[in-house]
Amino acid sequence: MNRISAAVDRFGRAVLDNIEEMGRIFILFISVLMWMVRPPLKLRLIFKQMEFVGVKSIFVVVLTGTFTGMVMALQGYYGFRMFNAESLVGSTVALGMTRELGPVLTALMVTARAGSAMAAELGTMRVTEQIDALSVMATNPVKHLIVPRIIAGVIMLPALTIVSDFMGILGGYFVGVPILNINAGAFIKNITKMVDLGDIYNGLIKAAFFGLILSLVGCYKGFNTTGGAEGVGKATTEAVVLASVSILVSDYFLTAIMF
Amino acid sequence: MIKLVDVHKSFGRQKVLGGINLDIEDGKTTVIIGGSGGGKSVLLKHIIGLLRPDSGQVIVDGVDIASLNDRDLNEIRKKFGMLFQEAALFDSMNVMENVAFPLRAHTKKKDAEIRQTVAEMLKAVGLPGVENKMPSELSGGMRKRVGLARAIALHPQIVLFDEPTTGLDPVMTEAINELIIETQKSFELTCVVISHDVQSIFKVGHRIAMLYEGKIVEYGTSEEIRGSSNPVLRQFLSGSLEGPISVM
Ligand SMILES: Nc1ncnc2c1ncn2[C@@H]1O[C@H](COP(=O)(O)OP(=O)(O)O)[C@@H](O)[C@H]1O
Ligand SMILES: [Mg+2]
Repeated sequence: MNRISAAVDRFGRAVLDNIEEMGRIFILFISVLMWMVRPPLKLRLIFKQMEFVGVKSIFVVVLTGTFTGMVMALQGYYGFRMFNAESLVGSTVALGMTRELGPVLTALMVTARAGSAMAAELGTMRVTEQIDALSVMATNPVKHLIVPRIIAGVIMLPALTIVSDFMGILGGYFVGVPILNINAGAFIKNITKMVDLGDIYNGLIKAAFFGLILSLVGCYKGFNTTGGAEGVGKATTEAVVLASVSILVSDYFLTAIMF
Repeated sequence: MIKLVDVHKSFGRQKVLGGINLDIEDGKTTVIIGGSGGGKSVLLKHIIGLLRPDSGQVIVDGVDIASLNDRDLNEIRKKFGMLFQEAALFDSMNVMENVAFPLRAHTKKKDAEIRQTVAEMLKAVGLPGVENKMPSELSGGMRKRVGLARAIALHPQIVLFDEPTTGLDPVMTEAINELIIETQKSFELTCVVISHDVQSIFKVGHRIAMLYEGKIVEYGTSEEIRGSSNPVLRQFLSGSLEGPISVM
């Protein structure tokens, strides 16, 4: 009896902690919005973050996009061959990339690269009192540190997703046409027939939302770090896990709403 | 004039400050002493509004800063400089950008003028010409001096020092103490210094306050403190294991 009530107690507390954390992240989001519209906009800091989140992620995004497109073409080919529908491989790859895999994979890669770095960097600044030093010098840390990272995340994720979509389709083409001998004309015609701009747009809206999630979670975890170097490590791991899970869960709901 | 009135602060169940009353005199150096983990940094952070008291008042030049909104608090903060325990230099910026940071944020000075001010400040702390070094390339003592240069760049009236000499060798400790004394005199600053280095306490402090179990248990001029018979203070100054302060 005692054990059961202790377990229920622990479960209840975990649920409450999670709800509380979501509330805190939401409050941080509101304060980011408020500081975002209050001038001056620190363009130099925003560009620096855009470079870090965007430009420096291009390589991994190109790699993951290309190979995902390639493997989709390969898998699709084995399936479609049974119905003599090989020419549908191209449109399958293109739809999969633009609607789902482009935004999701890009977001997961950028979470691992940049979301974690945001948590580690802000976490280090927190435990070494650099964030307090900002406040003491009458500079708001949310405006100075978090707003540029959120803006960079929301702008750069769609941009990277375009790269990923494009590379995925290209990868699919190179597996489908030269290797698997699918007719090039049919491959491309089916893509243009079945993929419309709405698929791409919706994918990009998802990407922007994921960019918000990963930068907001990374900044939140970093900003609230306690407990020295160990705390920074913990904040970084938690940021990656929470952001990745949130991206995958919200992807389902965004898809349900959009398509 | 800084005045703390019955300031209480707890973190969760842990009570750190249990009714602090303290008047800090203008244009003098007040040293706050006390054991590690006793709440000295917490006290200092209340003075500059980084932490807000659970109850009580922190009055700076007649204003209770505990009740201010962010914008008004920022105005008050421009009167302050603070040197953090590990200097808290921005490690993504070089020394020049660190010291220039408050100048760029709060003055309309041109770049050339800012460079000149930074050079002057670095000279004042005995580190001319280190503008292009990164914080990671500096020793602990140098970092603290750059931190001080940054803290006084806007010519504040009040400077807070969190353990400025902890972790430094004796010669560097002496150098930092001299620096505090000189800057205090030449800029006519109100200084609040946290320390538990007994020699430094009497060297830099005009007034000394002892924090113990969340309260100020003794407060007076250095002569008064030297002559005090308060057992907590006596034990702290002599570093003895015998006495009311228990070591766990
Ligand atoms: N932001 C905080 N959250 C929770 N506990 C804190 C916080 N800041 C300080 N404490 C706790 O308050 C106590 C006093 O800390 P501090 O003022 O740093 O001591 P010191 O006198 O060594 O400077 C410590 O036990 C510390 O763990
Ligand atoms: Mg301390």
